[in-house]
Order: sequence, then C-alpha cells, then structure tokens
Amino acid sequence: MSETLKPETAEQVLDAVKWAAASESPLAVKGQGSKEGFGRAVEADCWLDLSGLTGIGCYEPNELFMTAGAATTLAEIEAALRQNNQQMAFEPADLGILLGGEGDAGTIGGAIACNLAGPRRIKVGAARDHFLGFNAVSGRGETFKSGGTVVKNVTGFDLSKLIAGSFGTLAVMTEVTFKVLPAPEKTRTVLVLGLSDQDAMKAMAKALGSSHEVSGAAHLPEAAAKGSKVSHVAGTGRSVTAFRVEGPGPSVEHRCRALTALLGGGASVEELHSENSALLWREICDVRLLDGDGGNGRQVWRLSVPPMNGAGVAEQLTAGTGAAVFYDWGGGLIWLTMDATPDAGHETVRRAVEAAGGHATLVRAGADVRNRVPVFEPQTGALREITARIKEGFDPKGILNPGRMVEGV
Amino acid sequence: MKMPQPDAGVIARRAEIIEAMQAIVLGEGVITDEEELRVYDHDGLMAYKGLPLVVVLPETTGQVSAILEYCTANEVKIVPRGAGTGLSGGALPLADAITLGLGKFNKILEIDYDNRIVTTQSGVTNLAITEAVEDEGFYYAPDPSSQIACSIGGNIAENSGGVHCLKYGLTTNNVLGIEMVLMSGKIVHFGGKHLDSGGYDLLGVATGSEGLLGVITEVTVRILQKPETARALLLGFPSNKSAGDCVAAIIGAGIIPGGMEMMDKPAIHATEDFVHAGYPLDVQALLIVELDGPEVEVDHLIERVDAIARQAGATHLSVSRSEEERQAFWSGRKNAFPAVGRLSPDYLCMDGTIPRRKLADVLQRIEELSQQYGLRIANVFHAGDGNLHPLILFDANEPGELEKAENFGADILRYCVEVGGVLTGEHGVGIEKRDLMGVMFTEDDMNHQQRLKCAFDPAHLLNPGKVYPTLHRCSELGRMFVHKGKLPFPDIPRF
Repeated sequence: MSETLKPETAEQVLDAVKWAAASESPLAVKGQGSKEGFGRAVEADCWLDLSGLTGIGCYEPNELFMTAGAATTLAEIEAALRQNNQQMAFEPADLGILLGGEGDAGTIGGAIACNLAGPRRIKVGAARDHFLGFNAVSGRGETFKSGGTVVKNVTGFDLSKLIAGSFGTLAVMTEVTFKVLPAPEKTRTVLVLGLSDQDAMKAMAKALGSSHEVSGAAHLPEAAAKGSKVSHVAGTGRSVTAFRVEGPGPSVEHRCRALTALLGGGASVEELHSENSALLWREICDVRLLDGDGGNGRQVWRLSVPPMNGAGVAEQLTAGTGAAVFYDWGGGLIWLTMDATPDAGHETVRRAVEAAGGHATLVRAGADVRNRVPVFEPQTGALREITARIKEGFDPKGILNPGRMVEGV
Repeated sequence: MKMPQPDAGVIARRAEIIEAMQAIVLGEGVITDEEELRVYDHDGLMAYKGLPLVVVLPETTGQVSAILEYCTANEVKIVPRGAGTGLSGGALPLADAITLGLGKFNKILEIDYDNRIVTTQSGVTNLAITEAVEDEGFYYAPDPSSQIACSIGGNIAENSGGVHCLKYGLTTNNVLGIEMVLMSGKIVHFGGKHLDSGGYDLLGVATGSEGLLGVITEVTVRILQKPETARALLLGFPSNKSAGDCVAAIIGAGIIPGGMEMMDKPAIHATEDFVHAGYPLDVQALLIVELDGPEVEVDHLIERVDAIARQAGATHLSVSRSEEERQAFWSGRKNAFPAVGRLSPDYLCMDGTIPRRKLADVLQRIEELSQQYGLRIANVFHAGDGNLHPLILFDANEPGELEKAENFGADILRYCVEVGGVLTGEHGVGIEKRDLMGVMFTEDDMNHQQRLKCAFDPAHLLNPGKVYPTLHRCSELGRMFVHKGKLPFPDIPRF
C-alpha cells in the first residue's frame, strides 16, 4: 500500500470515498487490521484506515442496544457492557491469534463485516442477527443508513443483513447499532467424555433437541481436547463433548442435572464451573484448540454443514490425511486444520461440503494460496449474477475492498 | 392512496395472457371470472380493494418459474400472495398484474428432528408447522396472531413477529433457507439446513422484502423443544407510566420474559366485555408477563418480577396457577382485535415501534391526537420490544372518516419516528405506510434499498407500487455523478 487515508469523522469518510470513486483508486478498508488475513488480499494500493471512528455514542442498558463508531474496539465495548452485566450475545470471535497476529484485537465494524459468531450462534444467532442499524458510505460516494435502534423493525429492505458478512465490499460503515443482552447470572458446562465423533453428534442432537436451553454444544476429539488449557479437558486422554448451560442459578443447576441424566447412560460425565467453563468456551470460540498458539503454518478451513452431517464430512476429510478437526454448533461448524499445500485441498473440501449441504471458508492460508484458491464458497449461475449486480449497484467503480471476497468483485 | 396507473396495453392483452397461463397451469388454477376474482380483491388491509387482471394458482416450482419467465418476456407484472392475511396491503391486487397465489403450496416436505428443522412449501400455515412437530414436543417459535391462517412464505416476506419474538427472535432469526423463483424464472436456493452464508446474506435480505425480490416456494425453518413450563403474571397499574416503568425495570434487571404484553384501559374493557378473562377493570394499564423454562427458573423469575411490579406501583397482581388460568390471561390479549372490533364498525391497526422508555410519552401523545381527531382509540402492544398496535376506531360509512383515521395513524407513526422509533415493527410497509417512508429515510437511503431491488428485478415487475413511494428506473439508479479533480478533503490525515 502506498498511502493511508485516516478519516476521523463520517464526513471525512464520505470525502475519501468520493475521491476514490472519482479517481477510481481502490481502497482497502480496515479498522484495526486484526482480520486482514481473512479473505483474499485486496487489490488496492490505498488504505482507508477507520481507526479514528471510535467511541460509544449511545448506550442505554434498559433499551438493550448500543450505538458506536464502527472502529470502536470490542475490548472497549465489552468493558462497558460488563459494568452493566450485559454482553454481545453473539460472542464475536477473536481470531487474532488464529490468523497469526495478536489477541484481544478487533472492532465492532470488523466483527459485523465478517459476520462473526461464537458457540452461542445455535441459540441466539450471529452478528447478522444482532445488527440493528448503521450509517455508511457506499462505493458510490453517498451516505446512507438503514435500520434503527429497535429490534422490531420491518421498515424497508433489511440492508443490515446485506452489510453484515459483506467484508467491506459494498459500503464503509461509519456508525453501527447493535443489540445487547443481559449476561447470564451463572454458567456451567457439562462434559461427556470418550464419545466417538458420530456418537457425539447424536448426543449433541439430543441435548439441543431438549428443553434445557443449551447455549453451546461442541465436540473435541482427543487431539483437540489436548490443546485446551483447562486441565480437566486436556488431561482426560479422551474426546470431550461439552454442553454449556446458562441462566439464573437454580435453573442452571437443575438443567445440568437433567442433561447429565439425559446424556449419561453409562458415559463418563463431569462439570466445569465458572473460570474453567469460560476459558473452554473462549478457546472454542477463538479457535485455539487446533495447533497451539504458534500456528505452525497449517491451513485452517471453517465448514458450516447440517449438524448431523458433521462427523461424516470430517471423517472424509481427515481419514489418513493428518488433518484434524473439532466441532462447534452441535456438529454444524467444523474447524479443520491440515498441513499446508498449494491448493489447500480446496477441491476435496468443497466436494465433501457440497455433498453434505453447506459452505466452506478458507480462514487461514498464505496470501498466495488465498488468491489462487476461492476463499469463500464459489457461486454459480443466478446467485453469482445477483452478487455481481449488488456489488455493481453499491460500488459501481469497484473501489471498496475489491477482490476481498471474490476475484474481480 | 395512489397506485401506479395501470398499463392499458397489458389489460388489452388479457385474453392472450390468460391463454398463456392456462398453458402453464392446467385445470382450474387460472381464475378469470369476475365473481371468483373478488375473493382476491384485498388482503388483511380491508380498506383497499381492487380486482387483479387474473389470478394464477400454480402447484409446482416449475410452474412458478414458467409464469415468471413468461411475465418477464412479455412485461407483465406479478403480485405474489400467500394467505392474504397481511395487514399493510402488500398483496393488494393491481388491475394490470397477475396475482400469483401460493395456496396450493401446502405440503410439509421434511421433518428432521436431529437437525431440528422443518422444510415446507411456502403456502403451509405458520401453525401447521407447530402442529406437525408438537407430538415430539417441538414448535416453531414466531407466532403472529394470524398464525392459524397466515402462510410461512408470507411470514418470510413480511419478517413477521409475534408475542414470543422478544425471547425467541423474529422470523428472520428462525429461517435457515428458502427456495425462491426470480423474475427471470431462475430458481435459486439461499441457505439450507446449515447456518449462515458463504457469500452475501441473500436469505437475510429476502426476509422482509415484501414480495419485491422474488417468489418464495420452499422454506426451511428451525424448530425448538417447548419449554418445560410457562406461567403468566397479570399486573394492573394506576397509570400507563407506571406500567411502562415496570417494563423497563424488568428488562433492566436482566430478565427477558417469553412474552410481555400491555393493554390500555379501553382495550382492557373491550376485551373483558368480550371474553371475560377476569381482567381488573379498575386499572389504567395491564401487563401480561409470561415466563417460561424449567419450573425452578420460572418460580424464581416470577418472584423477581412480582417484586419489581410492586416497586413500580402495581395495584393488581395475580399469577397463573394452572395451564387453564394462563390461557385465560392470554385469551383477552389474543382477542383484543375482534373485541375492539365490536366497539366500532371499522378500525385501523397501526404498528410502530418505539424505544421502551418512551411508552408513556407516546401514549400521552396518542391520547392528545385522539382528542384532536375526535376518534376513539384502544392500545395493545408488545411492550417488551416497544411494538405498539394502536387501534383507531372509525366508521367507513361516514364520509371522510377513513381519511381522518388514516391521517391520525400517520401522525402516530410520525411521532414514533420522532422519538427514535420506526414506522413498522412487524406488519410491513406495503401500501399502507409507503408514503411515509420519507419520514424515516432520505432519498439516498431509499435509493440504496432500490439498488438491491434492481439486482433481483431490474424491470420492476414484482409487486410495483408497494413499499417505495417512487420507484426509480434501475438505469437511473445506476448512474453515478463523479466530480473529477483535486482531492476535496484537505483535512483528512494522510500517511
């Protein structure tokens, strides 16, 4: 990048985008840059650094929403929420270390642009489900807004859904409003030890199909369990299937007992309390169980499939290959790590996911690999046409993060 | 309400269009007789009626595709229609458009308990999904009050809510996938049995798009296991303000009830007269708070809500002791619309959402407007999420009263936006709130929304005249005015 523009107000963002549109100078948009390695490398030579657009604008705990500058750090937001016993229920993952950088980084705009979601996705949704409204500048060099501060809102098309997960390719968010929720009074985790992957899928289906309001269901094959810093998990020498239960104290105790009875049936069951429970789900959310902190150059895929197909897909991709997995979302989310190859095994991965139904994203690989191999699920036919037309409508000159999602888009 | 001028050229081609439709949908699926067309002349927004050019009731996705392909090739407009229960006129027919009814898409295709999903055709009713899975203890959470009749495809088009969406989310949070036919005739699938998308979230934008982007033919939703138990509290307050404060205090205490509904005095009296739910009549406002979950959790939360309500000044408190009593508490609220309907020949149901803290303020303003317009009003609302349903009572047979009621409604919605809320929380814009869109959105805001429309339906053949007061040509929206020249922003720090 030869140049960086660092606007400090929404008006300056507008000016910068207008200039870029007029001079057809593509911009690479970033907040803190913590997810720069996620997606394809942007075909641009000018940074649009939004890190000046920070600050919590409006936070009313009783209204369950917060408005903040797009580059407000997640750390600042989480600190403010903690003071009021609230949280971002979608658990934005901190992928910093997974992507080879620092932890504890990232902005709210980045979390939304990548539509991040943690283990609670199965119960409360992803960033998309908590993103209520925004102000932004589209690639046309025009300011626009969508949504509002209230949850129930069907006024006009839901552009928040379009912007969440668009990786900055349609518009530059300047201010965002998102839903916040009360933090649970108490959290506990029930562990079932020694299940095969297939049996774990069944156990997770049973738990998630119960009325016990499980807010996280993950399965760690033995190798992944070993990677945990929670000794009860790492030291079992077996696979660990984890179920998170949150809520008022008496309810959590009751539901943990009920889950143990439901899943026990001869299996070995344990419970994790407070810090250990929190740490384990942090490790699952931030994908810290695969290869320690070093990264050691292995490539990482993120697969979203129907939960009951999880074990079958993983079996196909790991048998005899040295690849490893762990599962979140009741089996519906597979984190797959494998030795680096020039094509990241993308044809094999996509074939397996296509057969199961779902999509795969190459989350970690060298920039050269990410530019050669489709990072996101390749689109064909009408889907591809619509995607191209939306991009054309919002960013006709192709100046916002060109190539970040798809080559040439 | 001004609708786009019907295209006389299309109307003149009616016989030819009917013939083409009959070639695609054999048998009785093409309705042309005026008497039979009348069945389709309005939706749940009763004040507006009009005959469609023709009604077509296809039975397969292939037929829908062929119909849309024909319409694109021959520049014929389409109005998609589910069960016709929508309250904003989204399915109002147009004289030069085919009304495409999805009523024959009535099959549940797959129930998959392990993955916790149901896949159905789009004309299946909301309640039928729950009925299909309740033997196994499951249900589909979003429950609009029309759930016995409304179709799941229509729910997605409108992003419907309901009493339970405070805790369990709106339609958009409970849909995993759809099959949609584009105006080109192409069939696309957004989402599936898995979560999230590998590209732009087209499932998310299709949800709540009010039939402007495509025709939904198949739907995959997630189902949940029913809570172990549910109990309700009936709380009466001496003022709207104290009831509003109680709502804020419950949420502020970190409690998200399964449902939290409020009624004002006229609504309480109307419903009590109608269903005898046992509501107290000496209060100004009534709250129904439902808590669900394991018994131990429900007991615990009922105690806490009880204490909060006393603190907020509740003068009536009762807790349901049986399932029958819980149902009785709800019976009044669920019958509020017909109950109010008995007070007046006609009523208009509004649907703004406001920040919770503004409840008392907005009710005060509505009362003032009621005096000013000389029209009675009753208020029921989803208090937990600030979604108001003021019911404006009027008599359509009195000249000018409909207009007066509509102006009253528009003033309420303007005020909702003024205090930081929105025009519609769950009923949709349709034609009803179309001309108020400018209250909430700038021209640039709406143009960006319409660019999304252009990506799906560049010729504006799908449901024209709905949602947007002015539909710009896509070629016009695509044009860009750029100012060449030197950097216009000397103030931006550069590195």
